[in-house]
Amino acid sequence: MTDTSSAAGDLPPGLPGLDPAWSRRVTVADATGTKHEWHVLDNGVREPVGTLLCVHGNPTWSYLWRRLLAAAPPGWRVIAPDQLGMGFSERLPELRPLAQRVADLGDLTAALGVTGPVITVGHDWGGVISLGWALAHREQLRGVVLGNTAVAMPPGDLGPALIRLAHAPGVRPAATVGTPLFVRATTALSWPPLPAEVRDAFAAPYRTAERRRSVGDFVADIPFAPGHPSRAAQEAIAEGIRDLDVPALLLWGPRDPVFGERYLADLRERLPQAQLHRYEGASHLLPEDAPQYARAIAQWVLDLDSDRAVPRPAADVPGRHPWSALADRAADDSPAVVEVGGSTTGTGTDGGGWVTGGMVSWAGLHRRVERLAAGLAAAGVRPGDRVGLLVEPSADLTASVYAVWRAGGVIVVADKGLGLAGMRRALRSAGVRHVIGGAPGLAAARLMGLPGSRIAAGVDRRAARALGARHTLAGLEQLGATAAPPVETDVDADCAVLFTSGATGPAKGVVYTQRQAVAQLELVRTAYGLTPDDRLVAAFAPFALLGPALSIGSVVPDVDVTAPGTLTASKLADAVAAVGGTVVFASPAALRRVVATAGELTAAQRTALGGVRLLMSAGAPVPLLLLQQLREVLPAAEAHTPYGMTEALPVTDVSAAEIEAAGTGNGVCVGRPLPGVEVRVSPLTGTGTADGPLTDAPGTTGEIAVRAAHVKDRYDALWATERAASREPGWHRTGDVGHLDGAGRLWIEGRLPHVVSTAAGVVTPVGVEQRVEQLTGVSAAAVVGVGPAGTQAVVVVVVPVTGAPRRGHAVADPELADVVRAAAGVEVAAVLVTGALPVDIRHQSKVDRRAVARKAARTLAGSGSRRA
Amino acid sequence: MRVLVTGASGMLGRATATALHARGDDVTVLQRRPAGLPCREVLGDVADPGAVARATDGQDAVVHLAAKVDVTGPWAEYDRANVEGTRTLVAACQRAGVGRLVHVSSPSVAHGGSALVGVGAGAADPAHARGHYARSKAMAELAALAADSTDLAVLAVRPHLVWGPGDTQLVARIVARARAGRLPVIGSGAALIDTTYVDNAAGALVAAVDACGPVHGEALVISNGEPRPVAEVIARLCAAAGVPAPRRRVPFPVAWGVGAVVDGVWALTGRRDTPPLTRFLAEQLATAHWFDQRRTREALAWTPQVSLDEGFERLAGAYRAG
Repeated sequence: MTDTSSAAGDLPPGLPGLDPAWSRRVTVADATGTKHEWHVLDNGVREPVGTLLCVHGNPTWSYLWRRLLAAAPPGWRVIAPDQLGMGFSERLPELRPLAQRVADLGDLTAALGVTGPVITVGHDWGGVISLGWALAHREQLRGVVLGNTAVAMPPGDLGPALIRLAHAPGVRPAATVGTPLFVRATTALSWPPLPAEVRDAFAAPYRTAERRRSVGDFVADIPFAPGHPSRAAQEAIAEGIRDLDVPALLLWGPRDPVFGERYLADLRERLPQAQLHRYEGASHLLPEDAPQYARAIAQWVLDLDSDRAVPRPAADVPGRHPWSALADRAADDSPAVVEVGGSTTGTGTDGGGWVTGGMVSWAGLHRRVERLAAGLAAAGVRPGDRVGLLVEPSADLTASVYAVWRAGGVIVVADKGLGLAGMRRALRSAGVRHVIGGAPGLAAARLMGLPGSRIAAGVDRRAARALGARHTLAGLEQLGATAAPPVETDVDADCAVLFTSGATGPAKGVVYTQRQAVAQLELVRTAYGLTPDDRLVAAFAPFALLGPALSIGSVVPDVDVTAPGTLTASKLADAVAAVGGTVVFASPAALRRVVATAGELTAAQRTALGGVRLLMSAGAPVPLLLLQQLREVLPAAEAHTPYGMTEALPVTDVSAAEIEAAGTGNGVCVGRPLPGVEVRVSPLTGTGTADGPLTDAPGTTGEIAVRAAHVKDRYDALWATERAASREPGWHRTGDVGHLDGAGRLWIEGRLPHVVSTAAGVVTPVGVEQRVEQLTGVSAAAVVGVGPAGTQAVVVVVVPVTGAPRRGHAVADPELADVVRAAAGVEVAAVLVTGALPVDIRHQSKVDRRAVARKAARTLAGSGSRRA
Repeated sequence: MRVLVTGASGMLGRATATALHARGDDVTVLQRRPAGLPCREVLGDVADPGAVARATDGQDAVVHLAAKVDVTGPWAEYDRANVEGTRTLVAACQRAGVGRLVHVSSPSVAHGGSALVGVGAGAADPAHARGHYARSKAMAELAALAADSTDLAVLAVRPHLVWGPGDTQLVARIVARARAGRLPVIGSGAALIDTTYVDNAAGALVAAVDACGPVHGEALVISNGEPRPVAEVIARLCAAAGVPAPRRRVPFPVAWGVGAVVDGVWALTGRRDTPPLTRFLAEQLATAHWFDQRRTREALAWTPQVSLDEGFERLAGAYRAG
């Protein structure tokens, strides 16, 4: 082996992002003594902590890794060679098989003096080669990182369709060598589309057919057929990595038409220790489509040598599981769940299920859940399997949730508010292995192309078959009547993946373990003094499910609980009357409608409502006025509003009386942290980011962080997002901005991305909005910023009581602008009027300030700007 | 300190000279006609080397405001007053050993017509500046900054849309048009624009005289730092003057088209009166232009002392008195 090395200095111009100082040439002899000239990008760190060895695929080159070289973790050397025949390395006279390429890479690292710890980084077919190197250098291997790649054809798979096409004898020479089609098509896959100069940079080494020879050879070397000369080497690598005990990181672009979900699943199966981040929207060329990948790798590498395992509070839950309350009351014939009205879809059998009219006893629910769980297990639902639930809120949904838990499965819940595309992204990212759905749910599952087996709810066997379901819930219950009950799973196993509303980017999957879910139930039970004597009226979808777990009987009003606003005062009263309800849970939108329809209540209905002792409202901030109006309808009820989010609920709680006592302040007062919950803030910088160390100093505005036993375990398949949210180990950063006051109360001032950063300091929206909404002429207001961070101008967009054109923004007249400015308390550049503010789909009350800001920015840029 | 102020007959030049004099500087003014200020006065044209040499002799600092500010007229006049005038002045400063030159420029030197949203002071760009005024001022600023050296510190300061009592440019024209019922709102009237109350602009120029030296060789935009929608600015100016605010709206493309025709007619016929609308004006009134003031305030150690609201009050007072 030889080792002559020199700076390259001969790269063509026009390679944006590539520092020519990284470029060098190395001459290395292979085992036969033949010398090869390599082109390598090398950040040149001497005596490094370790080395990142980055291997590109076909038909790219080391240019792919330029951002990782730029973002190298401190002290780490980053080496990215151009494979022989590729990039600006020497051209080869013949095909170089996989085993040879792996050996070549070893020769190269030896020549480059790579001796310390190494983390391999591979993309596309560079993935297999990098793993081949990893297996051959186990003693110095510190970790493996893989982008969109494959090490094996999953069983029954014929290989990626596009690559197979390029592999076809008649096609390959023309597509890969004779024309730049393959080279160009690869960078055309990128999403969002790559700038022309970057695409040109990728094509730069492959301008002539002669220079593209290895591009075709690479494709020819993919061992599709069992007798292929490289098959044995590929299989040895694919099997060998099962023994790797080093940390692994998978970074994935789900829009990849070459390597789809099954390749990701195959890799996760072979590398079960791997952490995963799916960059939603990114395609095959992940390092291009998700430039933030480089910082993620750097962070991951640094974390390997630092101990972040700070113990977080864990609830002591001896022998308890989320379904334990059902077992406790297995002999109780009192009602567990009642559905008011005739819209029930219960499919109970043999008297163990639903009574006509939609009532099920504790004993009946327990029996149904036990049988269904056994049936699910018999039908192949294994502990840890993820089960997508596409069932409308109903008795079937309640039974399914507890049965999946009882069987050791993990429920995956993504609501309709995400839209079909959002649900598809969510459920595919969660890797569901089974889907339980009603007819519409299973039809949607087919439309979304979800993987996994299908179980039909609320339809007969024939209809189920038509929907592609081998089982129905009723059939599984029958099956389960004679099957062995599933073994109870470990309390630290996952139990749920719940998706956020997706108001700020793609919805995120939030993973809970059973222990965290039990901690949440305990907190809710103690915080609100719930006892088995209580009866819960649940007009808010998630809580319709929780009554059984809280061991309190619950009733679902005769409304679509996913559509706030369909609840009326008399429907609420009927539901309360049906079970003697003592606790009402509803969203602000539903409660607004209740207040509006209070006039239709009969005396009997008013009497029933008088028995309610506790009103809980959540999902969005609840105005004090609404809580006060509700006293008219629910005279004995203490109104409470918990504050929290999908990742941690509840965090704080506040009663109407406490809101009144707190008075006005900068933001919405959400009360004090509940017992066992710690709240701190990370102070904001002048540009509106939250970088400061966590503090509980009163009056300091920052991003709110929470620490408690019931906080989520992690984000699902979003390693980098989880890393950022849990920057302070044991804490969860919420993305909400607010402050604690001297009395320990938390005030919410807005969302972190909605903070306006002016030259005079940051402005949080909620407090200003509240002051402006006090004005008699204003029915709603949104405060947003326009202009660059650090020098933004504050804009108040108001919906006047007198109305305004529904679409678009217009300049407020000077009189309105004057009163808004006087009320705002901050320097306001512009006051605009509009007919309505955009709100989120799930809660219909959270204003989408980013959408408002975009529209305001367009308006305030002026009409002449388009001409520029 | 001995300071020369050129162009002291205009609103801003007068206010600047007055402020410097009031704080005890030894002020000389240079302009073509007597300015009626209690300062030593040199009468003459800035493009006249003799007059400029007399004025700069013995000065510590020069604030150069003299310029042809208009929307019509042939290029040669702008070139002489703004470009040649600045070159003449710079040369005189170098010969006279003046240590500091505060060159008063305009944000339009870097404005190619697109929306300016919270931007800093971009480089002067004669090739893309709109109209003779902006182009000549861009060339003048480049000439001034090119002279920045260890002997002569040069600072370019660009006040944006200066207004106040006694303003014959912006305010007087808007008010006259509005009074005649001939002032439409162009486009939506929502374009966010920065303006500068005259006392603030003068204060910034005084601060620039002091800062020039440690701070040099750069351009700084000056504004009140309170951008407002253009329709609101016009409505408040009209209210201060006691005339009705415009209600009639003209869509921007129409205004731009009219402006283009007017530009052509005025250019072809050589008319010298102020036209009703130009393309430049249409763009100015329909396109956002507001600025990042952080660097300016840091470099000059200056903040505006008169808020917009206070400025409108003072303007109303002046109209009531006048």
